[in-house]
Amino acid sequence: MTENPIKKAIERCVELLPDGKRWQVMEVCGTHTMSIARMGIRTILGEKLRLVSGPGCPVCVTSEGDIVRSIHLAGLPGVIVTTFGDMMRVPGGGKSLFDAKAGGADVRIIYSPTDSLKIAEDNPDKQVVFLAVGFETTIPSIAATVELAGKRNLSNFSILPMMKLVPPALRLLCEHPELAIDGFILPGHVSTIIGHQPYRFIVEDFGIPSVITGFTDRDIADGLLRMSAMLASGAARLENSYARAVPEDGNSSARALMEQVFEPANAYWRGVGELAASGLNCRNEYARFDARTHFELPDGEPPEPPGCLCGAVILGKVLPTDCPQFGKSCAPENPLGPCMVSSEGACAAYHKYGFSDEK
Amino acid sequence: MCLAYPGKVVKIDGNDGEVDFGGFTKKVNLMLMPEIKIGDYVLVHAGFAISKTTEEDAIETLTALKEIRDAFYEERREIHKEGV
Repeated sequence: MTENPIKKAIERCVELLPDGKRWQVMEVCGTHTMSIARMGIRTILGEKLRLVSGPGCPVCVTSEGDIVRSIHLAGLPGVIVTTFGDMMRVPGGGKSLFDAKAGGADVRIIYSPTDSLKIAEDNPDKQVVFLAVGFETTIPSIAATVELAGKRNLSNFSILPMMKLVPPALRLLCEHPELAIDGFILPGHVSTIIGHQPYRFIVEDFGIPSVITGFTDRDIADGLLRMSAMLASGAARLENSYARAVPEDGNSSARALMEQVFEPANAYWRGVGELAASGLNCRNEYARFDARTHFELPDGEPPEPPGCLCGAVILGKVLPTDCPQFGKSCAPENPLGPCMVSSEGACAAYHKYGFSDEK
Repeated sequence: MCLAYPGKVVKIDGNDGEVDFGGFTKKVNLMLMPEIKIGDYVLVHAGFAISKTTEEDAIETLTALKEIRDAFYEERREIHKEGV
């Protein structure tokens, strides 16, 4: 904790909250997870307010089957797989994309999905497949890429759709009988796209206070203060502590493009299983850009790695430090599951910033 | 993965823009933000401008995000140094 006003704000949160209950607030954004861990906030909050990390990292919620299919694609002759770097070391079926690349597969880390189009144009004799993971922050850029591929009439580019929508996961968390979540800290950058509306059910149907917030120390402190004030007064509102970047209506141009290219589909989440209308597939007009129409891929959902608690960590059922593998047979250099690999995984955050005070 | 970096739009040519991230500029696709003008501050994610923001946000957020990423990649470099 470097800044005193921030520390004071967090201490104020603890003062505000009524005694006699352990309050539980979930942050549903991997970048928040990293910020909170880096700031050492949990130490100041102590026992009274427990911050748990939810399904806020698109790589972490990607199913074992999708990872296996991605690695399978990379191994096919004549295929170039393009991916965000976070996917490289996630294990699936005992190996990773990193291993596949070391074994000779052509796997390329890209910054923007559109980089895949340039690679496709430069390699007309190869099939280029982009591993399309991401929440609403990323999905518009993937939609734009598919739309551009259509305009350029590219016949050697496709995506493996693994995109996930945040609101259906939030509904699952609200309805989950084992999770007693008193409040949600909502993801700032997802919100720049979807705006306020998709979150209203959390407050209106479940009476759970929620705050959209940003990523600086001040944002996090402000978000937690607003949350604590609502919890203390028993009010359940949707508040926006990141209004400078999140307009109430989000980004309607981005959403229009998403809807033009994709349609809702059931998706399989790690630790959760299949969730209705929580993912996206290409609409008919863009179906030729779905890799599954070109390649035969392994079907189904293999079991998650034995002993790996990522599924329970993603839902906030257990803390990373509750996993018997944590820091022992699972560490950043030898990860068992995605939460230890991704730059936004809860296990990676706890491992990086210390965890002795978490229990 | 949902990280978005704030910067200032310094050039616009159709959907192609250039954004200054406090010292270095990068090409950014503006098709998700058709209303953007030169001098606006935007959040950039995966090569696309996705939202408007403020100058104050740009300065503060860039500092905070740099700390997070530096710490993470420092650890990764250590891992790779060990030959894993």
